[in-house]
Order: sequence, then structure tokens, then C-alpha cells
Amino acid sequence: MGDLIDISAAAAASPPRRVRTPRTRRLSDRTADRLFLGLTGGAAYLVLIVLVGAALSMAWGGRLAFKTFGWSFFTSTQWDAVAHQFSALVPVWGTIVTSLIAIVIAVPVSLGIGIFLTELAPPWLRQPVGTAIELLAAIPSIVYGMWGLFVFVPFMAAHIQPWLIDHLGTMPVIGPLFEGAPIGLGMLTAGIILAIMIIPFITAVMRDVFLATPSVLKESAYALGATRWEVIKDIVLPNSRNAVVGAIFLGLGRALGETMAVTFVLGNAHEFKWSLMEPGNSIAAAIANEFTEADSDIYLSSLIALGFILFVLTFVILALARLLLRATRRAGSEA
Amino acid sequence: MNTLYVRRQLVNALVMTASLAATAFGLGWLLWIMATTLIQGASALDLKLFTQMTPAPGERGGLLNAFYGSFVMTLIALVIGTPLGVLAGTFLAEFQRKTRMGAVIRFTNDILLSAPSIVIGLFVYELVVRQVGHFSGWAGGLALAIILLPVVVRTTDEMLQLVPGGMREAALSLGLPKWKVSVKVLQRAASTGILTGVLLGLARISGETAPLLFTALNNQYWSATPNGPMANVPVVIFQYAMSPYDDWHAYAWAGAFVMAMFVLLLAVLSRAVLGRAKKHRP
Repeated sequence: MGDLIDISAAAAASPPRRVRTPRTRRLSDRTADRLFLGLTGGAAYLVLIVLVGAALSMAWGGRLAFKTFGWSFFTSTQWDAVAHQFSALVPVWGTIVTSLIAIVIAVPVSLGIGIFLTELAPPWLRQPVGTAIELLAAIPSIVYGMWGLFVFVPFMAAHIQPWLIDHLGTMPVIGPLFEGAPIGLGMLTAGIILAIMIIPFITAVMRDVFLATPSVLKESAYALGATRWEVIKDIVLPNSRNAVVGAIFLGLGRALGETMAVTFVLGNAHEFKWSLMEPGNSIAAAIANEFTEADSDIYLSSLIALGFILFVLTFVILALARLLLRATRRAGSEA
Repeated sequence: MNTLYVRRQLVNALVMTASLAATAFGLGWLLWIMATTLIQGASALDLKLFTQMTPAPGERGGLLNAFYGSFVMTLIALVIGTPLGVLAGTFLAEFQRKTRMGAVIRFTNDILLSAPSIVIGLFVYELVVRQVGHFSGWAGGLALAIILLPVVVRTTDEMLQLVPGGMREAALSLGLPKWKVSVKVLQRAASTGILTGVLLGLARISGETAPLLFTALNNQYWSATPNGPMANVPVVIFQYAMSPYDDWHAYAWAGAFVMAMFVLLLAVLSRAVLGRAKKHRP
């Protein structure tokens, strides 16, 4: 009883302690919420700003080259640092050719690995093999480049290229693609290394969409007596056509912009050659090799203009890939 | 015997063999590259690598300044990129879940995620290096932050979306303001997933070379602050590997070995963390 009296006495003595009324608190909560919305929103719009800013800054940096050379920047093959004549055709050609070689190799291989991981492999093997393939994407591209230069280039020069030159170099139509000396460097080597680098990205998407095919459809086909390949060809692939094409574009986008791996093995030559065995160049490799050597404004501007072309090229390809892949986003995937 | 049946079985067996061969092909490259890096790297590995500066050709040395520079720039990238990424991801998951703007930002983020890193390097060159007038570790860190950002944004967004709606509603029904619900309840529930995103991003930026070529450049000497050109492992590997000196090649292999091990460790670790996060989720 004594306690109660004490408390009421204390309450009577001190003024009501209501510094923060419910009303003021709710108001400050609202301010805090508004602040939170602004803060998070600002960070999110920053993503937009960065992408637009990157495009604008490269267009700005390359304006001198575009203005000086006009359309001939895209059609000429000249690249002469002494005469200050620059053009984009050789690097753009090299970028596209190496990426196409990569796609031609990587797509069937990724399809095969996708089939293996979803249909063929025993369940206990799927996880480790899948992770191992994904690790191919984790190896830094400079390690690919170094390995390419010191190990794969000599291997190509000693074993693969002599055979190709002897057997394919004499053929009527495709012959010119395989002419030249077997020095190991060049578009074909770069394309093969790019293929290894993009296999994990294409495989990851293929595996996911294969797994997403309703099993009722597959089981119905099996029940009708279809073989595994027939189920894949007639049920799984048609069912996931968009995503598979999206995966290919995603791989293509990766291959187009890959820098260090191709810089090591392309050979940095600026002459236009049909042969895949000759040293060539790509946009990314030209920038990486020559940026710190660019001694005149027009040289630097031409390199940045190349960067702008690369940006536009990859943006279009990646945008297509994303539109096709919209339905198949996966948590935690790097792709 | 029915020839059609035989042919179908034959085709099937052929395709399955091809798929097996494709898998062996993919794994073969991994083994080849890893084996080369291991053998070449391990033979060049010694303690001096971590205690001495990058040498001139023909001299002995280590990669200490490069490791330090990479560490500092990665730290700058983490400090800038992680909070921004988590904030942006929260915005997408909590305020823009099914809106048009949300779709636009997600799309942009996905493009940025796969955009060539060399382009990011050129952007930061134009933005910082050209304005300031010299290469610096800060610019390198900023370029890496821009590469890290979309990885964190995407994982945060996805992980927050995976948090059960009941948890969000329960917290809101207690009268908590939205920011408290996000920071104290949802981000905590999704923290493992967000951590995975940061680890994945870290793995990605620790191997990046191209953007550093035009931002941090390189430095043969010790530079304690990121105010000037800064040595870093990837660019040192690039320069040493491209050089004609055998002993520089050895240092490049050693650097590549350490870097590859670090990145693969991070990749495996982030997968383990993610696997555990998924297992705990009902």
C-alpha cells in the first residue's frame, strides 16, 4: 500500500512526462519515411544516371574523332598514329568475328552441358558438375589471357593451326579464312578462349529453363515412347525458345566486351585480313593496348569513340537478351 | 527389326554421347587452366612476394605494393558500392515492386551488370581522371564500385522480394514506420542473401583489370594513399606478362595464382552461404 501512495505522490509532484506525444512521433516517422524513400530512390536512380552518363561521356569524348573523320571512321581501315588517321572498321570487324566464333563453339557445347545437367547425369553428380562449370565464369579474365598467351597460343601454333591450314586453307570458298602462318595468335584463338568464357553464362540459363519445363509435358512425351533427345528437341526446346535465344544474346554481349583475354592473344595488328589465323584487333583490345600510349587528342578521342561504338553494340545485344530472358530471372545468379 | 526404331535410338545415343563430350570439354578447360596456374604459380611463389615491392627486370622483389593497392581500391569500392546497392535494391523491392519505373531501373541495372567493364573504365576516366588531371587510386576504386553496384542491387532486390509477406505485414501492423520495417526486419531477414551478393560482387571486382588501366594505372613504387597512380595486382600481371622478361613472367604467374585462388574461394564461399540461406527458408 505504501508503494502506491508513493507513486501517486510522485506523479502529483512532477509535471506529466509527455514530451513525445503520439502525434509528434507519427509526424517524425513520416518525415523519416520520406527521407528513407528519398535516400533509397536516389540510390536507385543513380543506376540509371551511371548508364546514361557512361553513354554520354563516351559520345562527348569521341566527338572529336566523329567530327574529324565523319562516316569514313566506320568505313576506312586506316589506323596510323603518326599520320593521325584513325578508323573503326578493323577493330569492329575483329570484335564481331571473334564473338561469332565464340558463339558458334559455345552454343552447342552449352546445350550439351545443359542436357547433361538436367537429363543425363545422375542426381548426385549434377551439383558438383554444375558448380565446376560455373567456376569457369569466376576465373578472372586476365588469367584466361595469360594462360592463352603462354599455353594456348603455342598449343594452337603447334597442333591446331597447321592442320587447319593444310586441310581447310586449300578449300575453294572458306580457304581464305584459314590461310597464313601458324603463329598461334589471331581471331580463331581469341574466339576459342571467348567461347570458354561464355559457356558458363549460356549453360546457366539453359539449365534453368530446361528445369522450368513442366514435367507433365515431358512425362507425357516419354509415355508416348519418345527418346530423351526427342523430348528435348520437341518439348523442352520449343517450350523455352525465347530464353535460349536470350541466353545466346547474353553470351554474345559478354563476348563483345571482353577485354583482357583477347588483348593477350589477338596480336594487336591494324591491317585488315580475311584469315582467322592472322593477328587482328578488337575494340576492347585496341583500347586496352593503346590508351596509355595515345599521345594526341585525336588518338585519344578515336579510342573513346571506339568505346562508344562498343557500348552501343553491347547495349543493343544485352537489351535484346534481357527482353527475351525477362521471365527467367534467378536469385543469386551472376548472369 | 524396325529400322525407324533403331535409327531413333541411335540418334538418341549419339546426342547423349555428344552431351557427355560437351561436359568433358567444358570441365577439361577448367582443369587445364587451373593446373597451369597452379603449377606455374606455385613454383614462383615465395614469402618475398608479400613483403617486397615490384622489381625492375632482372631484380628480385615481390608484389607487396600491388596487393596493397588492390586491397585499398577494393575497399573503396566496397565502401561506396555496398550501401548504395543495398539502398537501391531496397527501393526496388519495397517501393517499386510492380511499377513501370521499377521495371526500367531493373532493366538498366541488368544492362549495367553485363556491360563491358572497359566501358566503365572509360567512363570514370572521362568523369574523374580527365577532370582532376591525373590517374589515382580513388578513380580505380570508383570504377570498381560501379561494377560492384549492380550485383548488390540485384541480389538485394531479389532477396528482399523473397522475404515472406507475412513478416512485412506483421511488422507494419505493430505500427512501425516503413524505414524501420525495412532496415530492422526485412534487411535482417535477407542479410545472408545480401551478403552473398556482396561476396559475388567482390569476386568480380578483385579480378577486374580493364577498368583499372585507365583509372589507377600502375605504380612501380609504394604509394600509401590512393591520391596518385596506384599499383594493383591485375595491371601488374598484365604488364609483366606482356613483357619479354622471363622473371617478370614468373611474378605474373604468382600474382595470377594468388588472385585466382582468392576469387575461386570467394565464389565457392558465396555459393555455400547462399545454399545455407536457401535451406533455412521454408
